[in-house]
Amino acid sequence: MARKITYQQAINEALDQEMARDENVVVMGEDVVGGSGSDGEMDAWGGVLGVTKGLYKKYGDRILDTPISESGFVGAAVGAAASGLRPVCELMFIDFMGVCFDQIFNQAAKFRYMFGGKAETPVVIRTMYGAGFRAAAQHSQCLYPLFTHIPGLKVVLPSSPYDVKGLLIQAIRDNDPVIFCEHKVLYTLEGEVPEESYTIPFGEANVVREGDDVTIVAFGRMVQQANKAAAALAKEGVSCEVIDPRTTSPLDEDTILESVENTGRLVVVDEAHPRCGMAADISALVAKKAFSSLKAPVEMVTAPHTPVPFNGKLEDLYVPSVERIAAAVRATAGYAA
Amino acid sequence: MSTARIVPITMPKWGLSMQEGKVVEWLVPEGTELKLGDHVLDIETEKIANTFDALDAGLLRRIVAQPDEVLPIGALLGVLAPAEVTDAEVDEFITEFQKNYVPPEIAEEGAADGWKFVEAGGYRLRYSKMGDGARNIVLIHGFGGDADRWAFTQEPLAASASVYALDLPGHGQSSKQLNDGSVKHLAATVIAFMDAVGIDKAELIGHSLGGAVALQAAVDHPGRVSALALIASAGLGAEINAAYINGFIAADSRKEMKPLLEQLVADPELVTRTLINDMLQFKRIDGVGAALTAIARGFQDGSQQTVNLRAHLDGLDVPVKVIWGSKDAIIPASHAAGLPAKVKVTVLDGFGHLVQLEAAAEVNKLLL
Repeated sequence: MARKITYQQAINEALDQEMARDENVVVMGEDVVGGSGSDGEMDAWGGVLGVTKGLYKKYGDRILDTPISESGFVGAAVGAAASGLRPVCELMFIDFMGVCFDQIFNQAAKFRYMFGGKAETPVVIRTMYGAGFRAAAQHSQCLYPLFTHIPGLKVVLPSSPYDVKGLLIQAIRDNDPVIFCEHKVLYTLEGEVPEESYTIPFGEANVVREGDDVTIVAFGRMVQQANKAAAALAKEGVSCEVIDPRTTSPLDEDTILESVENTGRLVVVDEAHPRCGMAADISALVAKKAFSSLKAPVEMVTAPHTPVPFNGKLEDLYVPSVERIAAAVRATAGYAA
Repeated sequence: MSTARIVPITMPKWGLSMQEGKVVEWLVPEGTELKLGDHVLDIETEKIANTFDALDAGLLRRIVAQPDEVLPIGALLGVLAPAEVTDAEVDEFITEFQKNYVPPEIAEEGAADGWKFVEAGGYRLRYSKMGDGARNIVLIHGFGGDADRWAFTQEPLAASASVYALDLPGHGQSSKQLNDGSVKHLAATVIAFMDAVGIDKAELIGHSLGGAVALQAAVDHPGRVSALALIASAGLGAEINAAYINGFIAADSRKEMKPLLEQLVADPELVTRTLINDMLQFKRIDGVGAALTAIARGFQDGSQQTVNLRAHLDGLDVPVKVIWGSKDAIIPASHAAGLPAKVKVTVLDGFGHLVQLEAAAEVNKLLL
């Protein structure tokens, strides 16, 4: 089989291969030139987790360090994309997106529409999301539902090293703005990744595990949790199908609906808040389009409607656990009308 | 004690990537007197399902692994023992086996799992080698396939030979940038592969397009090929399911890929989700689309095969076997008819294009 590398290395490799392939691809963001593990002084510059490590030496000025001014450099990336470059803009934590909503919501997402199809904005905004790093309420959120809400944006939530490489290459080659959300806890996850460049189309869910009793739809880091729950439940005789939509926009409705038509039972697992999130969205989709197949109420396993706690014990309780997912599956599997 | 006469049936290893298998069902009850090659149970792997055939003759005394159990390779499935062995002795054997059984380590690194790479003919080619007999065999897969197409073939043949399975250029994990998509060029690449791994002379076993490649290699390099086995081979007639070839090149979703792959086998249940995903993952690698297009142009013109090597069979000075599944929906089994008398032809009733996977035991018997 293929060689194994981490999620973080797979991101680096995708950036490297696309920069080698297309000179219009540039990388910009805070501290992206340096990177932990770089030589000497460069190491001190940080690069938070060192995802872009080594690229500056290869591509020089195509790796751009920016000031700590998200509204400025995200705007610059959007403008550069509209005028011919393919910027991959790193916005360290998704929590900081608030200061550049106009650039993303009103400009990047709207150019194609407002200019009658004559403008394209091939920008990728890479960003870290999610709890589990003891980084407190302003550095731990799952804000991808906000972007999923906006027509004109594509939103990607890779859950494995294989997926993150193929989806990032797809994102860079895509002619629309892409919000590329990387869960920081997944950075050390290892998996088989081909050395060659490859793509994964947007809007194609991955059926991670096949099963007949209950459908579990899970996003990002929650795919792993759902898989662990499914493995434990298999020993109890409950067969779960685990679906990773991979992109929330576009969304592969067919794969979810076909699965629920087979199982009749649905559990949606999302680390984001419960209101107006992916769990509510998928539940509504299934309630509307697969209502007659449902044998039990839909279960949603999400974080609570609170900020992410700083206290480590509370943070661990905040994130949907394998046990909570398994309990939800048992509830729906055992439901009798 | 007569434990020497107690023989375990264990989970087989079908192909390099197989690590575990699921027992689907036992085809015989306890108490059956098994002959070598009898169908014993159905096992499903990630890639494909297959029937396990008896490797030893004997009385099936005990079924240990139950349907739906997923077990690693080498795990105990059942026990053979003559009638005079007591139930207590069988029980003791099972207890001992389970106590001593250690599941194989799951291969971590690319190198450790048996795949190798070699530079040959201007390409980086991936291959695996099993066995170390004096007889050399090279297995050549077909259009869109890879060395895994020989998952059920390579190990059985390796008992008495050195068996190589390679990924042709444009396929599997070999280089995707092709210099030339013609059958002649692919044949020259196989010879270059033999040079690179130090094989002077080999039996070539080719499936589908790989059959045409093997035959072309024998025609162009007569001193290098000692025998041919052509399975559901291209190059023996004009008809081909062009809709399959063109569809495979174009397909980029599960919905498009599934009905195509189902044409490869008589029993569509054999096409698992993993097989479909593997094919899609392969097709999404940069350069694969162009490589497949070039190779397809090299042997078909959009509706028919353009390489017909049938006339060369008469002049070949090596033994030739031709094997086909009667239900082949890609290249018709009628191409096995009318061949020179010295060609040993077998048409296996009820199987499709991937006959070496679908009827592995039968095909292996013919190849041995």
